[in-house]
Amino acid sequence: MQEESLFPDLTNDEKKLIEDFLSEDVNELSDFGAKRREFLKQVSTVAGAMFAYQLMGGQEVFAHSFNQTTGDEINHANIENGITVAFKVNGLQKTLEVDPRMTLLDALREKLLLTGSKKGCDHGQCGACTVIADGRRILSCLTLTATCEGKSIVTIEGISKNGQLHPVQAAFIKHDGFQCGYCTPGQICSAIALMNEAKNGEVSFVTADVRVKARPLQLSDEEIRERMSGNICRCGAYPNIIAAIREVHSGKNVAELWKFAGENNQTQFKSSV
Amino acid sequence: MRPFKYSGTGSVNAASQILAVNPNAKLLAGGTNLLDLMKEDVERPDELVDISRLNLTSVKMISGGVNTGGLSIGALDKNTDTANHPLVRQNFPLLTQAILAGASAQIRNMATTGGNLNQRTRCPYFYDIAMPCNKRQPGTGCGAFEGVNRNHAIFGWSENCIAVHPSDMCIALVALDAIVKVQGIDGTVRNIPFSGYHRLPGDMPQKDNNLNPGEIVIAIEIPKNNFAGKSYYLKVRDRASYAFALLSVAAALETEGNKIKQVRIAMGGVAHKPWRATEAENFLSGKIADEKNFKEAADTAMLMAKPLEHNQFKVELGKRAIVRALMQAMNGGRI
Ligand SMILES: Cc1cc2nc3c(=O)[nH]c(=O)nc-3n(C[C@H](O)[C@H](O)[C@H](O)COP(=O)(O)OP(=O)(O)OC[C@H]3O[C@@H](n4cnc5c(N)ncnc54)[C@H](O)[C@@H]3O)c2cc1C
Ligand code: SF4
Ligand code: FES
Ligand code: FES
Repeated sequence: MQEESLFPDLTNDEKKLIEDFLSEDVNELSDFGAKRREFLKQVSTVAGAMFAYQLMGGQEVFAHSFNQTTGDEINHANIENGITVAFKVNGLQKTLEVDPRMTLLDALREKLLLTGSKKGCDHGQCGACTVIADGRRILSCLTLTATCEGKSIVTIEGISKNGQLHPVQAAFIKHDGFQCGYCTPGQICSAIALMNEAKNGEVSFVTADVRVKARPLQLSDEEIRERMSGNICRCGAYPNIIAAIREVHSGKNVAELWKFAGENNQTQFKSSV
Repeated sequence: MRPFKYSGTGSVNAASQILAVNPNAKLLAGGTNLLDLMKEDVERPDELVDISRLNLTSVKMISGGVNTGGLSIGALDKNTDTANHPLVRQNFPLLTQAILAGASAQIRNMATTGGNLNQRTRCPYFYDIAMPCNKRQPGTGCGAFEGVNRNHAIFGWSENCIAVHPSDMCIALVALDAIVKVQGIDGTVRNIPFSGYHRLPGDMPQKDNNLNPGEIVIAIEIPKNNFAGKSYYLKVRDRASYAFALLSVAAALETEGNKIKQVRIAMGGVAHKPWRATEAENFLSGKIADEKNFKEAADTAMLMAKPLEHNQFKVELGKRAIVRALMQAMNGGRI
């Protein structure tokens, strides 16, 4: 296996997970133009590989394997003012006993080991913790788990279906809509909800005339920017994020603002140095 | 965050009863302001009364009574739902614009009418428990008064507190002469005119508004008006979106020919409460709706301004913002 040496630091189990995943999803990868080999070249660091893996919704698998080692059965009897909450996460019914102070973000990450949703600021200022609750994007860092009884939460781990990337995920990869990837789960959840809002004809602060009724709405880049302003990207991947969202929202192919350096480009680069 | 007891509740009455018995209990609606402040250790309730599931959601046309044709909004309607409601978009587009100017889509999906009204100031000294702040801890002094006060008030402040109310939605509501309906511990409902809901700081900056202990906001009513065709919410901030206002102006006009029949001007980011520019409105009433008069009105509005060390720019900014908001309103409120 040629690729094996690319992941020298991974345990055999982790290598196998990535192997399994990659062999299943070769077709999707080639759908957006990167062949498996090329893709792997790019994903040549462990962090990168893990990230790509996470993006593609494989996190639940990791979560399960963690579950076995960390011990899911914590004794909750001593939680002060503890309360029991039952709600759905990515379609699965969950019942948790939580301290009333526990935010939904912490419950997802610490109790359910769904670490896709990120804690950027913990104060509502960045959007990294965005999840979809009963069909609407919300901030899980400002939501108490205690208030989630009966709700249905969808996180980044729950948006791919049957091993198929959600179109927004695929578009983020095609358009390189990230750099470090920390904001990405929130960006993607937010973008998915945004498209529904546009379908329903919901207006924004930059909508020219809020009295005009139209649905679905075709969003300009300015509209997309305004509607995504609740998701901050420290790496500044904004142009690519907009391109990815525009592609899925419009249903029309949008050209990448970047491309892999192929053999030719590399020679050109070398000869010009 | 300090430990607290989480209490669900089945009715406004039951929620009031908890507030009546426990002065350290607080209502939890969307949580977007309260949780943030609890994480900062600024708010320290020992009990949260979750009212988010109470049946106080309904945006509807008022039928019957003096306010027929007006609008009623429930205390727990999400900001997103209010902004996008067809009745609001059609008849009160100023409110739609003001709500959508605030926060982010995610936050507006969580934030409620009652929570928006009762959100606390964003003064950084109020947020930082290492700093003196009369609003957070009466008697400790005002950190902002001699500190960095670029974002603070130019109207109606006292030496005890120079903070501003951060809401955008409330600026449209005060311009539209809304009424706040509140229910007390004994179940009686009273109406508070919007301009009398929030307070100036005076010597009690810890009190943001005139709610009595245990009172709960249940609804907002906006009287019918003829401003829908000519209104505009202008927000000036340090970045293009997802930032609180440095200053904002809600403008609404009703004209007859080229004359102003009625006009409303309200400002955000300038005072401890949503600020009505009454003198400017009086000046404009009956005059021709043109830029010259708008400029004179804007000068009038700013006559009483008392800027602080770092916010003198707000006086000129305020004048220009008033003129621009009025011009945009005359232009049909389109961007
Ligand atoms: C990052 C960020 C940016 C923001 N930007 C803006 C902005 O640009 N413009 C803007 O206007 N706002 C902005 N906001 C503030 C936001 O609009 C408020 O946090 C929100 O409106 C509060 O509503 P809530 O339902 O979440 O209130 P909560 O946090 O649940 O409650 C706030 C307060 O109101 C009290 N309360 C709630 N309901 C009632 C009731 N029915 N009767 C009496 N008291 C009640 C609570 O006890 C609490 O003290 C921003 C917030 C964040 C976090
Ligand atoms: S301006 Fe008001 S809120 Fe800010 S520090 Fe002074 S007293 Fe506190
Ligand atoms: S972590 Fe929730 S908004 Fe930043
Ligand atoms: S990709 Fe790094 S923060 Fe957005």
